[in-house]
Amino acid sequence: MSTQASRSAARLMISPSVILLFLWMAVPLGMTIWFSFQRYNLLMPGQTGFVGFQNYEYFLTDPAFFTALWNTLALVGGVLLITVIGGMLLALLLDQPVFGQGIVRILVIAPFFVMPTVSALVWKNMFYNPVNGIFGYISEFFGFQPYDYLAHAPLLSITIIVAWQWLPFATLILLTALQSLDSEQLEAAEMDGASIWSRFIYIMVPHLSRAATVVILIQTIFLLSTFAEILVTTNGGPGNASTTLTYLVYVQSLLQFDVGGGAAGGVVAVILANIVAIFLMRMIGKNLEA
Amino acid sequence: MARKVSNRRRVIMSIIAWVMAFLIFFPILWTIILSFKTEGDAIRAPLQVLTSGWTLESYHTVFERSNYFRHFMNSVVISFGSVFLALVIAIPAAWAMAFVPGKRTKDVLMWMLSTKMMPAVGVLVPIYLMFRDWGLLDTRIGLIIVLCLMNLPIVIWMLFTYFKEIPNDILEAARMDGATLGSEIIYVLTPMAIPGIASTLLLNVILAWNEAFWTLNLTAAKAAPLTAFIAAYSSPEGLFYAKLSAASTLAIAPILILGWFSQKQLVRGLTFGAVK
Repeated sequence: MSTQASRSAARLMISPSVILLFLWMAVPLGMTIWFSFQRYNLLMPGQTGFVGFQNYEYFLTDPAFFTALWNTLALVGGVLLITVIGGMLLALLLDQPVFGQGIVRILVIAPFFVMPTVSALVWKNMFYNPVNGIFGYISEFFGFQPYDYLAHAPLLSITIIVAWQWLPFATLILLTALQSLDSEQLEAAEMDGASIWSRFIYIMVPHLSRAATVVILIQTIFLLSTFAEILVTTNGGPGNASTTLTYLVYVQSLLQFDVGGGAAGGVVAVILANIVAIFLMRMIGKNLEA
Repeated sequence: MARKVSNRRRVIMSIIAWVMAFLIFFPILWTIILSFKTEGDAIRAPLQVLTSGWTLESYHTVFERSNYFRHFMNSVVISFGSVFLALVIAIPAAWAMAFVPGKRTKDVLMWMLSTKMMPAVGVLVPIYLMFRDWGLLDTRIGLIIVLCLMNLPIVIWMLFTYFKEIPNDILEAARMDGATLGSEIIYVLTPMAIPGIASTLLLNVILAWNEAFWTLNLTAAKAAPLTAFIAAYSSPEGLFYAKLSAASTLAIAPILILGWFSQKQLVRGLTFGAVK
């Protein structure tokens, strides 16, 4: 169907994108790997040179690394758990005929469009603040001591902020999937005497699993790079309590000017992200083929 | 669902749905409410906040004291600029992959998607140093380039899924009638592709507008878009809730409105066509 001429024209049209994306990937990544084997601190311009795996040794044996690794997993896992389960319930709810469905939908998806710095600051000040925050007033109303959420449970507090931002996304995708479910199948099951519960488990859940996989994959990509929410709420603290891998690399390279160490951390982050990515791509690959 | 639903059940479901929607929307609503209060009223107990007077004072202060308008324009220029640039690069590529698919088209698409998997922090150091050396730090053009490349895979994927739905027969008919490649693209393809291109533009502008890793790390005062401008409120002096709310409301309002228009494209675009 396609001629030789149109083939080469097509190749010509695709190549700018491929070349640019390749450069965008390969050049900085190559430099990161190169820097990771160098002693390179912007504060000590004279002392440079090849140091082998020393940067990795420092980075990987730093107790902060394990804290950051754990925090990253806890943040991503926590947000996924809240958004997938919450999104499933909300999608089921929004799929029901309710009055003013359009407005309900608009209100529910709104948080997704709020920029991360705004949502982090709003939650930090208007909700978590122990003196003036709404949570403070609520606990006072019930006679409890005000609780400084960001100081005592920083990671959980950030998890809730991020989950609030991503809940609409999960809901919207699961709702879209739910609406494509064949209602006759459900009715047939109902007539055959299947309970609501077994209709949910045996018909809806399998149907939604593909959409849920997509939600998990895409959210993981974005969640691994969570940055602004940490920067404006806790700065990774107290101590390292809310430092994720992304934030740790940022601190090391841009705040401590240790380019070599930061680069080693970056390589570690890339490797870890790729492990997750391979795992997820396989999962999604299986689901997409079907 | 085609079934008849009893009215009672509908009322109960409606109440639950509205309560949930209200709770989820509440942080935004509260921010909007506080933006119309004085600083003194904004930190009172929630019920007293509601009964206190309304004022535009905070908006005046935000406009007067900060270069709000400059940051707003930075956001506009950076988000639209990066997406336009990405569209210019992506449209030919997506067109070619959709209409002249080769053996490796699927692999190329998957590879493009996989570039999104790389965490930004993995390339932060070299990008930062390159920007410093080339004088691109804190410039609009620098951010336009980075955000363009960052969103390019999504732009290509979205366009590809939209182009794929344009029936090939129409294009072939035009070709048989003697249309050249150029006129085929301009007169036949473009009119049919415009809705898809528009949704791609919309969704990616939203993503670029809210992007908060590169914008925070690569800008200072001059080219800082609204994300970075708002982040400056994280180290406050004195009472500032009302001003923070006013600035926040101004920063999210345009994108909230655009976003509501793009609900449908959002699902399709962000799932790379896997969920429609």
